Amino acid sequence: MKTLRCSIIGFGAIGQGVAEVLLLKKEFLEDTGLDVRVVAVVDSKGATIDPDGVDLADCLARKREKGTVALEKITGLEVIKSVDHELVIETTPTNIETGGAGLQNMLAAFEKGRDVVTSNKGPLTLKYRELVESAKVAGCIFRFEATVGGSMPVINLANEVLAGNNVRSIKGILNGTCNYILTRMMEERASYTDILAESMELGIAETDPTYDVEGIDTACKLVILANSIFGLDATYKDVDVTGITKITPEALEMAYQNGHVIKLIGEVSRDGIHVAPRLVPVNHPLAVGGTLNVASVDTELAGEITVTGRGAGSVETASAILSDLISIYREQ
Amino acid sequence: MRVSMDIELKDVPGQMLLALQPLSECRANLITVLHHHQKLTPRKTVPVQLVLETRPENIPAIKAKLEENGIKVVRVGEHRFRESINVVLIGHVVHTGIQDTIDEIDKTGFAEVVDISLSMPGIDLLSSAFIKINALGKEEIQKALNILKEVSTKKDLLMVLPIDIQA
Repeated sequence: MKTLRCSIIGFGAIGQGVAEVLLLKKEFLEDTGLDVRVVAVVDSKGATIDPDGVDLADCLARKREKGTVALEKITGLEVIKSVDHELVIETTPTNIETGGAGLQNMLAAFEKGRDVVTSNKGPLTLKYRELVESAKVAGCIFRFEATVGGSMPVINLANEVLAGNNVRSIKGILNGTCNYILTRMMEERASYTDILAESMELGIAETDPTYDVEGIDTACKLVILANSIFGLDATYKDVDVTGITKITPEALEMAYQNGHVIKLIGEVSRDGIHVAPRLVPVNHPLAVGGTLNVASVDTELAGEITVTGRGAGSVETASAILSDLISIYREQ
Repeated sequence: MRVSMDIELKDVPGQMLLALQPLSECRANLITVLHHHQKLTPRKTVPVQLVLETRPENIPAIKAKLEENGIKVVRVGEHRFRESINVVLIGHVVHTGIQDTIDEIDKTGFAEVVDISLSMPGIDLLSSAFIKINALGKEEIQKALNILKEVSTKKDLLMVLPIDIQA
């Protein structure tokens, strides 16, 4: 039995999802010879630390009751630097302007020789090259499937599962909020403003939905794909971005009468990176509805391969973190 | 321009030559010939379908020569534009000059707006248009879209393109 000591840095929806998944999968992981021991759980107010492994159920309960998991005042950065462990699971809130705490956490982790698995897009969108090189120099493993498409595999699909099959382009719906809004506008023949309000009430859109509806979130994910799959040294500036704020119910209606839906499509290839609303035939594989994500990978040997799944959700996103964790162990 | 012609030949030898000679004389390029020899018409004539590449001004001459040769021309149809594309425009579509937008495409000679649906829900609200453009070929479609893109940018219109088109 191999012991894998990890920290969960950031205990919001996704961090808690990771804790739930680790609890759920404890036996399965042990059966594969892996004793996953969470030695620290950290949120913005502090941490719970135990070198022999914290009680995850306790942590979840405390977070629910008290709003924080903290038993001692210490930052994620300090935990990464001072607590002995092999893997940092970085799930702090994403900041695409500065990279936020996440960027510092990841760099510190590599400096300490710790592997990183993350769902945090910001640092990767801003400093992909620097992060990947820091990991390489330190001999650490760095995986981030959960940053794009949530539970829906894209990065590992293109780079690992489709090894040898050159990827020419990837296009799809990478933002569930926008997909929900456009789907509901069509269903209800309602205005953009009305459906946006509905999405916010349901928690599908944030209080400030700008990043989603302006296509910024999709653009960030495409930057990560451009770097990790196409090896392009791309940044946010290289993306041509148009969001959904101008889409009308009339346009959706006319499109539908002509056999099309309108979806916010993100597209990346060596020719460019684009986010824009597009006309999609109703029976096209990319015409999925609700909050689903979908990605179509155009491969050299096999044409288009399409995956669809849930792009958000705490346990759903945590499932991608789990599979990254398992694959690191397998590699070792 | 590509033209299709349905003609009828008498069911006697040598008729096909009489049909093809006028085409040659008028310098038309023959693309397809479908000779339905087994399917005689009620008039006991042989139907032949032709597709030719020729200038529009040559068509009356071709027709006249065929008829001189005793060949009946049943139908002449144009297949000018082979590619088609749908585009959505959103914004103050009409008030920024919808006629002008259509003209910019039509005056190219290689593309034309063949269908347009408009929805104007209210004075302060954005209008939407669903436009169908036909063009000679894929290259011409791309050129027409580039023109439309320029027009849209100038008029602050959102252009929604189909998914399989290069952005």
